[in-house]
Amino acid sequence: MSKSLFQKVWEAHTVRTLPGGQTQLLIGTHLIHEVTSPQAFGMLRDLGLKVLMPHRTFATVDHIVPTDQVSEPYADPLADAMIKELRRNCQESGITFFDRATGRQGIVHIVGPEQGITQPGTTIACGDSHTSTHGAFGAIAFGIGTTQIRDVLATQSMAIGRLKVRRINLTGRLQPGVYAKDVILHLIRKLGVNGGTGYAYEYGGEVFERFSMEERMTVCNMSIEGGARAGYVNPDATTFAYLKGRPYAPAGAAWEAAVARWGAFASDPGCVYDDVVDFRGEDIPPTVTWGINPGQGVAINETIPDPAKATAADEKASIEEALAYMKLTPGAPIKGTRIDVAFLGSCTNGRLSDFQEVAKYLKGRRVAPGVKAIAVPGSQGVGVLCASLGIDRVFRDAGFEWRDAGCSMCLAMNPDKLVGDQLCASSSNRNFKGRQGSPTGRTLLMSPLMVAAAAVAGQVADAREVFGLRSPG
Amino acid sequence: MSLEKITTVAGRGVHVPGNDIDTDRIIPARFMKCVTFDGLGEFLFHDVRKSPEGADQPHPLNDPRFQGATILLSGANFGCGSSREHAPQAIQKHGFRAVVAESFAEIFFGNCIALGIPCLGVGRDDIRKIAAAVESRPDVEITIDIAKGEIRFAGQTVKATLRESAREALVGGRWDAIGDLLEGVGDVKRVAARLPYLAV
Repeated sequence: MSKSLFQKVWEAHTVRTLPGGQTQLLIGTHLIHEVTSPQAFGMLRDLGLKVLMPHRTFATVDHIVPTDQVSEPYADPLADAMIKELRRNCQESGITFFDRATGRQGIVHIVGPEQGITQPGTTIACGDSHTSTHGAFGAIAFGIGTTQIRDVLATQSMAIGRLKVRRINLTGRLQPGVYAKDVILHLIRKLGVNGGTGYAYEYGGEVFERFSMEERMTVCNMSIEGGARAGYVNPDATTFAYLKGRPYAPAGAAWEAAVARWGAFASDPGCVYDDVVDFRGEDIPPTVTWGINPGQGVAINETIPDPAKATAADEKASIEEALAYMKLTPGAPIKGTRIDVAFLGSCTNGRLSDFQEVAKYLKGRRVAPGVKAIAVPGSQGVGVLCASLGIDRVFRDAGFEWRDAGCSMCLAMNPDKLVGDQLCASSSNRNFKGRQGSPTGRTLLMSPLMVAAAAVAGQVADAREVFGLRSPG
Repeated sequence: MSLEKITTVAGRGVHVPGNDIDTDRIIPARFMKCVTFDGLGEFLFHDVRKSPEGADQPHPLNDPRFQGATILLSGANFGCGSSREHAPQAIQKHGFRAVVAESFAEIFFGNCIALGIPCLGVGRDDIRKIAAAVESRPDVEITIDIAKGEIRFAGQTVKATLRESAREALVGGRWDAIGDLLEGVGDVKRVAARLPYLAV
């Protein structure tokens, strides 16, 4: 019988059916960080439990780590305490910790793939909703809460109900200046922020087949913003080429065996999905959000929605609420909106190719006066690669601050924050009220190149025009 | 581990209207700088309850009429966004014992059940009826009957939905899965032994 990748991975990891009807699912790989794990270790201690398989948990620091201070103790005593707590927990339990001194630290969703820990046909959990990122490799990866982190630490498994699978086909080609970020912003805009509730998204079609691993990660990363707890792409030659030679990837004779095993997890032709939706690559424009959830986006050439034109009362209310917070004018073009801050980084768009693509166009350009622009590599590894290619220099010369690795201004738990009602062009994943650290701060989500275009223009701009990309056909 | 069997929750309600209320709004990230969950209750909905200067703003949770409410009412896709358990922890530590909304985001829902916080889905019109009753008489008692899947208030009854596995977990006193999961550890090891990537 034909099966989807989801079904195959689920079956391979099913331990048993729990009395309440949920599945006890084996979690092969567990990733932890400093913000959501300390309480889980506390719960373990209270229950007198130990970590069952310490070699299958990997830790790093990302959420709270400063990006402009290397040596400890950190200026923020609470952050310092949380990082020390993680270090202590890892030492006591024998968990591998990619601390800053290892040179392998970074955002957990960048580190896992970079180290070759993220592999096809595996199950992954992490106390962070963007764990869906790892699905780019054909893994089934879940964001979990702290009580579930405790469960995974103690039992290497968790209780979960089976998800349905929606296949999202993206055929054709993307136009020049349209990126993976635009794809996922467009999908969420069309399918809704809760359209994926109860589903895992399987992304496929020609666009995904051509995508690099980093582009696939950008899309899978934001599955949760569309309500889907997991998202994945079937593993293929691109996946295997990415993994080959990475520290935790199988080597020697084990490599060939692993590739054969991994390939077999891909969805079978003719397998039945719970739902299928089709999109055309040519229809996707550079997309920018204007509101307070990632589904509130428009094409760069569109106008900000007018609540007076909303057809449903619900829609009207949500546009009104968003515009009141965003202080934007209904009916005005999104293009030309003045920005105060440009942020390039995060688990969505903080990888080498993100900085590389922007650097191609940023060379010789300057950030507009009055705009604070920061670039934050997603991992120390990304930072080193950018330095070796001179990419950091391009950003610095253009007027960007070039920082150390971390989540930084995506959620602003470290000192990188918006101030007052500053408006930020951001390559991150959430534009919720207050997300970037100021209770009145405002976020517009967009692709890295659009962030660079906004930084250079001082306002939301069409990167294709700012950087002279071939105009869309 | 013996847990409370949660079959009914009764108490006063408060309505926080709106769709897509995310976990950043429920508990802003800067309040997650802590190694325990204690003390999160006071920061529930902080940035919509307080002005940037720290003064109270109009918000149902600041309204003296709804102090002491234990049932939180809201709109669709409640709890979307981050997986932070700090959100349900803040709700619980603020004194809420159940959430009734049009629909819930997946991770938030699971986090709530694991803490023994029932999350009941109720149709939009019925939420409005409950909210109207609470508005006109803040001390009206709302009874959530988890076993029957209904909510009773002011002489009215509305239907409430709850995923079967969650209902079983709550009424059976198995909402914290750790006991069940620990029983399966032998099986976990057997399944792990079959998977090459888990070889030590």
